[in-house]
Amino acid sequence: MSTDTSPRRDIEVLEAVVIRFAGDSGDGMQLTGDRFTDVSAEFGNDLATAPDYPAEIRAPAGTVGGVSAFQVHISDHEILTPGDAPAVLVAMNPAALRANLRDVITGGTLIVNADNFSERDLHKAGYTSNPLDDGSLVGYRVIEIPMTSLTIEASKHTGVKPRDAERSKNFFALGLVFWMYTRPVDPVVSWIEKRFAKNPMVKEANVSAFKAGLNFGETTELFDHPYEIRPAKLPAGRYRNVNGNTALSYGLVAAGQLAKLPIFLGSYPITPASDILHELSKHKNFGVRTLQAEDEIAGIAAAIGASFAGQLGVTTTSGPGVDLKSEAMGLAISLELPLIVIDIQRGGPSTGLPTKTEQSDLLLAMYGRHGEAPLPIVASKTPSDCFETAIEAVRLALKYRTPVILLSDGYIANGAEPWRMPDLDALPDISVPFTTEPNRPDGVFWPFLRDEETLARPWAIPGTPGLMHRIGGIEKEDGTGNISYDTDNHDKMSRLRAAKIANIANDIPGVEHDEDGGTDLLVLGWGSTWGVAREAIRRVRVRGRQVSHAHLRHLNPFPADLGDVLRRYRTVLIPEMNLGQLVKLIRAEYLVDAQSVTKIKGIPFRTYEIEQAIVDALEALDARGA
Amino acid sequence: MADVETTPVKLARKDFMSDQEVRWCPGCGDYGILQAAQMTLAELGAKAEDQVFISGIGCAARFPYYMNVYGLHGIHGRAPAIATGVAVARPDLHVWVIGGDGDMFSIGGNHTIHALRRNVDLNVLMLNNQIYGLTKGQYSPTSELGKISKSTPFGSVDTPFNPISVALGAEATFVARTHDMDRNHMMAMFKRAYEHRGSAFVEVYQNCNVFNDGAFEGITAKDKRSSMLIPLEHGKPIRFGVDAEQGVMLNEYGEAKVVDIADVGEDRLLVHDETRADPTVAFALSRLSTGPSMPTPMGVFRAVERPHYGQMVQQQLMEASEAGPGDLRRLIESAPVWEINAN
Repeated sequence: MSTDTSPRRDIEVLEAVVIRFAGDSGDGMQLTGDRFTDVSAEFGNDLATAPDYPAEIRAPAGTVGGVSAFQVHISDHEILTPGDAPAVLVAMNPAALRANLRDVITGGTLIVNADNFSERDLHKAGYTSNPLDDGSLVGYRVIEIPMTSLTIEASKHTGVKPRDAERSKNFFALGLVFWMYTRPVDPVVSWIEKRFAKNPMVKEANVSAFKAGLNFGETTELFDHPYEIRPAKLPAGRYRNVNGNTALSYGLVAAGQLAKLPIFLGSYPITPASDILHELSKHKNFGVRTLQAEDEIAGIAAAIGASFAGQLGVTTTSGPGVDLKSEAMGLAISLELPLIVIDIQRGGPSTGLPTKTEQSDLLLAMYGRHGEAPLPIVASKTPSDCFETAIEAVRLALKYRTPVILLSDGYIANGAEPWRMPDLDALPDISVPFTTEPNRPDGVFWPFLRDEETLARPWAIPGTPGLMHRIGGIEKEDGTGNISYDTDNHDKMSRLRAAKIANIANDIPGVEHDEDGGTDLLVLGWGSTWGVAREAIRRVRVRGRQVSHAHLRHLNPFPADLGDVLRRYRTVLIPEMNLGQLVKLIRAEYLVDAQSVTKIKGIPFRTYEIEQAIVDALEALDARGA
Repeated sequence: MADVETTPVKLARKDFMSDQEVRWCPGCGDYGILQAAQMTLAELGAKAEDQVFISGIGCAARFPYYMNVYGLHGIHGRAPAIATGVAVARPDLHVWVIGGDGDMFSIGGNHTIHALRRNVDLNVLMLNNQIYGLTKGQYSPTSELGKISKSTPFGSVDTPFNPISVALGAEATFVARTHDMDRNHMMAMFKRAYEHRGSAFVEVYQNCNVFNDGAFEGITAKDKRSSMLIPLEHGKPIRFGVDAEQGVMLNEYGEAKVVDIADVGEDRLLVHDETRADPTVAFALSRLSTGPSMPTPMGVFRAVERPHYGQMVQQQLMEASEAGPGDLRRLIESAPVWEINAN
């Protein structure tokens, strides 16, 4: 036992730590994780988060199926992933312990709510013996705390009933972890005061629980000493913490401003995309109209109607919704109207894993429509990148009068990171003019008379005198837009529509390419594997090996220089959270023998998995000889 | 929809005719409906550029191509949803939806009822010919029970929709029926639909002379009309017959029944009130005929005022903007912000 009596023991400085909060889905673990994240972000740490919650709103309490978890990685240097394995697991019940233990690093710290380890609790979690005393946790540092009873005790003075007081135990856990990692306390207290202002008793109970957790860490001898993770040296700028769906929503609002067009969102609620509908519904002062449609098809159909009428039609969904919207996307391709289709990918097929992440809609986005129906595809790589990707999607849709699919996924949609906010004044003007005058010498308007450079057709909106015209999904004559069943015309139109999209390759930046001089191995990625691939490559480079990294924001068309980049390398490795989709496109397009690294577990790659794949590929090259 | 515009220039039907050749089968009822629509707009002095015609798929859905207005020929069943986007984005426009019974009550039934319940400012013309024409002769969701068609050689076993009942059940604020043999009546109904603010649903009985010829002849032929059509006129007792000898009254259960006036007396006749807030009586009237073989009400079943969807959306936008337009910087900085200075 320590004899140190000073209120503050020595603080050990760490470079980084990964913590996971896990409990029953009603235990408030997401909220707890959010508080820890926000305060750490403001404190100046770099961070990344990954929530993990069950698909059922309330699976039976105390069961493994009902466990909700939140992982946060904080550090004093740039980090790109929520971390492979937590060093600290806060487990509010046996189910949370059982569901998460296998991820914790060897020797990691387990903070468990000892009050919830009754025989009944253990049984519900599927334990046949108590892990706290059957020796199965040897190798971990187990800290048992009766969090429930301490929370109830702490809030006794507030007059709140024990049953309600018990609900504040997540704040006790938060307080304890705050002490462990010397986080600033005041922001949480003022957050609780604001959040629960209307319910003084609950407010008081939460503050008391939080402080009790802090004090428990301070006064007990369970911990040797607290830790500190100093602020990271991030690029200068103004920062906030943001998750992908929020950044995407802001990107759409910004794009509307930059395009000088009102945003019209037609959407049907679906996990994990609904938060974009929620967010955009708040911003009517930006002229944003949101329609919660009767179904997925109505959502996109209304968005197409809005685009025809001169607004920026947007629809948001996930894989099952994309299936349903396919026919309407084909219509928008045929009408040649701007439209944004946002797919927050989740595990499939069918209902699949609604709350888990996957990248398995790439080929759906690319080919999931009947007929020759190409459209541009862009993908976001991190939560904050969703902001820029949204603007890019809108730029392409408007300039080329085409639907654009934006691919995000459940991981970046709900994951958060510090966002260095852009200089808004430096964002591009992406507005395009409506046509207001006839475009033929004889004073007639042809809706399909194309711009020679972009091949885009004119956009004349209802209400414009003299430009009345009819468009539709039946094949139309190039130029006049009149219905045409002429076979040569169909050939011409199919090629024109394809050329219009292919030409976009000349209007996008070259491939994002982090070279280090070697020509042995290129890791090529898209979407949310960016961070983990980058981190894996960094680790391999530290070992003295040369690896390059290329990442695609544009999936259709590919950047014009992609073929040249790929051909420089002996081996191209493509990690994807699917069974190999980009790799098929790359092989088909460039005849490059790209290799696939796949994972389809509903969770992102761990850094070591990609690191290992790189090492294996390099060793295979070594074996083959230079 | 704003006030009804009038222009000093007198318009003619040809002002609303496009340069495209009309390609329905010779003798199709759609010709007369198209003509009535064009003439209605001309009579109203409507601005062509403010008219938007949205359609789905089917014979009726070719309608927009023949109108000199803004038109969008969409995909099967989705016209009411596409039109909802147009109407919500642009409350200044007159948005028309044209479709058939298959388009609007089979594949697109969901969109039809939701557009009506939201009271989107649309003029919905549902051309009901009780058959699938474009796909060459399958029974439709409004075909009579027992219909012999290509896909039901032994007769259909599906009970049909009564479109007026469905529209009333979906909370439509304007519901009317007309038929393709009476241009003046069609024009009167189209005009009412145009002037109505909110969803106006007009069922038009339309003859498909190729796949379902004569479906409505038993009630719409010149010599049948007085005995088989029940004119609905606001504020008047509902009566019909060659000598106006029949009428409609409500029985003790609130059901509408055809009666001989001589039996019940004129005082017992139902006086039609299209403005009743409660749709119960309008619904009862819609149940008078289950198909065009019984005396069938024609005219406006219901015309009530309710704020329309686009108007309410607009209202919320205006209220949200009272404190000034959105400020992007303030939006993205709405969470705790911290500054990192250059080292």
